[in-house]
Amino acid sequence: MSSTQSFLEIKGLKKEYVVGNPILKGIDVTINEPGIIAIIGPSGTGKSTLLRCINRLIDPTEGEIIFDQSDLCKAKGQQLRKLRRQVGMVFQEYNLVERLSVIENVLTGRLGYMSAWQAWRRKFSQQDINTAFELLEAVGLTEHAAKRADSLSGGQRQRVGIARAVMQDPHILLADEPTSSLDPKTAVEIMELLERFALEKNIPALVNIHDVTLARRFAKRMIGMSEGKVVYDGGPEGITDDHLKQIYGGESWLV
Amino acid sequence: MAGLNSIDIKPSITQDRENPFKRNWLITSAWLLLAAYLIYSVNAMGLSWERISSGLGYADKLLDKMFPPNFNRWELLLNDLAESLEIAIIASVAGIFLSLFFGLFAARNLMPNWVSIPMRGFIAICRTFHPVIIAILFVKSVGFGALAGILTLIVASIGFIAKLFAEAIEEISLKQVEAIRATGAGFVSVILFSVMPQVFSRFLGFSTYQLDSNLRNSTMVGIVGAGGLGGTLFSAFQRFDYDFVAAILITIIALIMLGEFLSNIVRRIFR
Repeated sequence: MSSTQSFLEIKGLKKEYVVGNPILKGIDVTINEPGIIAIIGPSGTGKSTLLRCINRLIDPTEGEIIFDQSDLCKAKGQQLRKLRRQVGMVFQEYNLVERLSVIENVLTGRLGYMSAWQAWRRKFSQQDINTAFELLEAVGLTEHAAKRADSLSGGQRQRVGIARAVMQDPHILLADEPTSSLDPKTAVEIMELLERFALEKNIPALVNIHDVTLARRFAKRMIGMSEGKVVYDGGPEGITDDHLKQIYGGESWLV
Repeated sequence: MAGLNSIDIKPSITQDRENPFKRNWLITSAWLLLAAYLIYSVNAMGLSWERISSGLGYADKLLDKMFPPNFNRWELLLNDLAESLEIAIIASVAGIFLSLFFGLFAARNLMPNWVSIPMRGFIAICRTFHPVIIAILFVKSVGFGALAGILTLIVASIGFIAKLFAEAIEEISLKQVEAIRATGAGFVSVILFSVMPQVFSRFLGFSTYQLDSNLRNSTMVGIVGAGGLGGTLFSAFQRFDYDFVAAILITIIALIMLGEFLSNIVRRIFR
């Protein structure tokens, strides 16, 4: 294992929003394998904070995140943006730019590779434009390309969100509760799409998820978090009711 | 039904409850105070009924002298009109362009306090003085003529729309901004692709409104010597050329209506 390069190495990651009240209390996780890795845990346990630390939308308080041979926690300015563009993020509420069209939203995934001057002139390379249309076809939204993003349904918007993240040509995908705002059928379709892109690109996809059944169905590995710590890390088959009780607390919800 | 029956309504409790809409004596006395001050002010200004009716008589004479309007000096009129229009358009373009940046720097959700607070202060100062006062200051500092008028209206534009721009930016959804930041885009790209799409149509509305307002004000700055139609209007008044005054007023109405028409077209193009 030591000879192969890991995709992501998180060492002793801590984050406190208020001094003395840590939300992440020292996370150690190493990601070596591609495919879906589900992070489960109750609300407010720091799952979102963990993902946002990885692409530095939130600055961690302490610890290291080794990605592409650099420490993401110490990256600044130009270097941070170069690392960030290798990390594709999918959001719970899609976070599309609503006034832009669907295809324009997909293309914004390339902004990390463009200068401000190119961005001002909307000078996307022909190759990027072709890739964007291919991705739109892959997520099944070709006929919606010119529509404004706010005219789509939730499931369609999340597909655009995924296409935008993949457009970055990422080395890792992060998805923060990508299915929580969707109906069960659409949720499965979104998970299938994430799995497909992760395997196609041979990259890991870290997915925060509430739904334990859905997580078990797609994940190769599951990370259970409770009160800012990792309490389970292993295959989906190894997770027992006892683990779930420890992660979520109580047992009346376990049928 | 069972639920309703189980609630025990006892009409026997006869203690009266207070009306929640009770009279607020503080507000009542504030109204009374305002009424008293109004009566006092009317008396202090000497506004009697005789004064008003005799004043209206003068207005009648003025209207008689104004008609028919005299367009004999139409060349002078057209020159001044062109100057007013130029002042308004140059000031609007420059003012809106500067306001884009000032508004962005004043937006508290995108800028740190040490940028936004001084910028807000600057915008507030631009808005403090009426354009007439600013025009007088500029006439004294850069001399008579159109330049003073242009500078005046630039300052007035910044005071007004930079503030509106900043407020529009403060109301945007930060989720979209977060998503574009997460792609690794730099600051300028984030502004261009997540902030501008959200505020562009409102900016356009504010800008056409400001153009409208600048057209109106460009006819006024001339009164204090800062170029445009206003100067001619003022001297016509002083020489009792009331028929020429009427011609100038009609020209100003035409100019404002033209501005209204143009801003409607702009809005339709960008809808």
